[in-house]
Amino acid sequence: MAANSSVITPAITAAIVDADRRSARDARADRAFRWIVTAAGIFVLLALACAALSMLRGGREAFSTFGLGFLFSTEWDAVNHHFGALVPIYGTLVTALIAMIIAVPVSLGIALFLTEVAPDWMRGPVGAAIELLAGIPSIIYGMWGLFVFVPLMGEYVSPWLDAHVGALPLVGPLFTGPPLGIGMLTAGIVLAIMVIPFISSVMREVFLTVPTRLKESAYALGSTTTEVVWDIVLPYTRSAVIGGIFLGLGRALGETMAVTFVLGNAHQLTASLLMPGNSIAATIANEFTEADSDIYRSSLIALGFLLFVVTFIVLAAAKLMLRRLSRQEGAK
Amino acid sequence: MNAPSHAVSDRLYRNRRVRNAIALGLSGLATLFGLFWLVWILWTTLRTGLGAMKPGLFTRMTPPPGSDGGLANALFGSAVMSLGAILVGTPIGVAAGTYLAEYARKAPIGEAIRFVNDILLSAPSIVLGLFVYTLVVRTSGHFSGYAGALSLALIVLPVVVRTTDEMLQLVPGTMREAALSLGVPQWKVTIQVLYRSALPGIVTGVLLALARISGETAPLLFTALNNQYWTHDLSQPMASVPVVIFQYAMSPYDSWHALAWAGAFVVTLFVLLLSLLSRAILLRNKASHD
Repeated sequence: MAANSSVITPAITAAIVDADRRSARDARADRAFRWIVTAAGIFVLLALACAALSMLRGGREAFSTFGLGFLFSTEWDAVNHHFGALVPIYGTLVTALIAMIIAVPVSLGIALFLTEVAPDWMRGPVGAAIELLAGIPSIIYGMWGLFVFVPLMGEYVSPWLDAHVGALPLVGPLFTGPPLGIGMLTAGIVLAIMVIPFISSVMREVFLTVPTRLKESAYALGSTTTEVVWDIVLPYTRSAVIGGIFLGLGRALGETMAVTFVLGNAHQLTASLLMPGNSIAATIANEFTEADSDIYRSSLIALGFLLFVVTFIVLAAAKLMLRRLSRQEGAK
Repeated sequence: MNAPSHAVSDRLYRNRRVRNAIALGLSGLATLFGLFWLVWILWTTLRTGLGAMKPGLFTRMTPPPGSDGGLANALFGSAVMSLGAILVGTPIGVAAGTYLAEYARKAPIGEAIRFVNDILLSAPSIVLGLFVYTLVVRTSGHFSGYAGALSLALIVLPVVVRTTDEMLQLVPGTMREAALSLGVPQWKVTIQVLYRSALPGIVTGVLLALARISGETAPLLFTALNNQYWTHDLSQPMASVPVVIFQYAMSPYDSWHALAWAGAFVVTLFVLLLSLLSRAILLRNKASHD
């Protein structure tokens, strides 16, 4: 007995010590792992803040030199070092607006078709094809726009608009101009094609969250599909649909390459949509490597900062509105 | 007495039917409209690009205007910088996604990070390029492949964070509990159990990120710049396919246009293959779960 315990005890103690050591090691490893992943999480948070701060710093010189006038001046004079952001801001807003006017109804139609109208076998492939459109790199849109779409616009669409719509009161001035092909209307259309898949896929997803019970109740009362969509689906998903539209708007505002190809890079403020213009992203892409003075470069970075702030606000609004629907779902 | 009310309800009924048919028809037209552009753009790219393909494309350097050449240095630069971006962005992204799903699933800080990550996901890529320019190019004094890879990594990061977070959240809690109740430390549970189960999803995320950066132009314009010659030194300016496409397409030379189309063809094909591949992985994964 005594001999036995003298044999076992050291073995047991050794095992206990070993287990203690191992659990201490595990605890240390756990802490280290937790520390690493937390650091990575914080890194994401800091990346965005650093991006904003570094651009604010880079644009400091432009902001302090031109003050608020930077936002409202149409001058863009690299020789005399005088820069104002109004032309690119105007171009960005107008092209994005054209894109949304085209893309929102079309996306709504696509989402409606894919959730309520199309037969089941068609929904998967057609949905995948539309999403394929989102995967094509923007530079391909730009090239296609420049080599295929611009000549068509210049040859057929612009002259037709100039001749038929250009004479109308009110909207006329928007559609007068030489048949260049490049310009804000072309850029807006190309942007619309690019954001349609984004908006329609968000809409499709939120339409699918509408409880079947609600829709079936409406159908049982004799509603047509259109009435179900208009009176049940859309009110139920309203905030998320607007969120999806804002998501597309964020894309349209910041899109660079597609717009750079077809916008014409002209620093002039015109009412006509057929005239070349400029956007914030296109200005930066075209001129940044050619900027030969600090104030020039600083002005371009300041433009980038403005774009960042605007897209941040739009995307944050989109996110908040999309979240409202998921919270509503969680409450059920 | 009865007849007129019948007529009214009939007319109402017919009106509603007609309105319904018109609306549904319009939705079908909208879908056709979307598909129409897809087919047109793909067809143009594939047809023109295929016509511009030639034997020297993968072996010869980008030519000066007027002479003949290929895209070898640009393809190599794109491959190296994309690989660098994936190598930098994936580990950080997976770690941050793990933090979100395993340590801060409901915490306010987790919500904040998710919010910022989603914004980063749709932020204009040219802004990220400007950020890396002020961070790296300006401080180091010259354009470099490292700066290009870093700006692409910033695009990879949010994609990987998001998919990792989502995929880990899909892993059933019972799996964690089973492993933890055996006394397995949490880091081991995460790496050996959770990652294994979430792997197909995470790989899909990385592939999608790769698809996104392989056509990305804007952030490379003033980070990696461009280089007419072959270089494998990442501290030098580096050529990439999208930037070369941009430069050549905007030029007035036909031979450069042809090369730009060939580059566009290669990039588009690569992106389409990647998206098909990631879809296949997801589908197979779904099938094995069902």
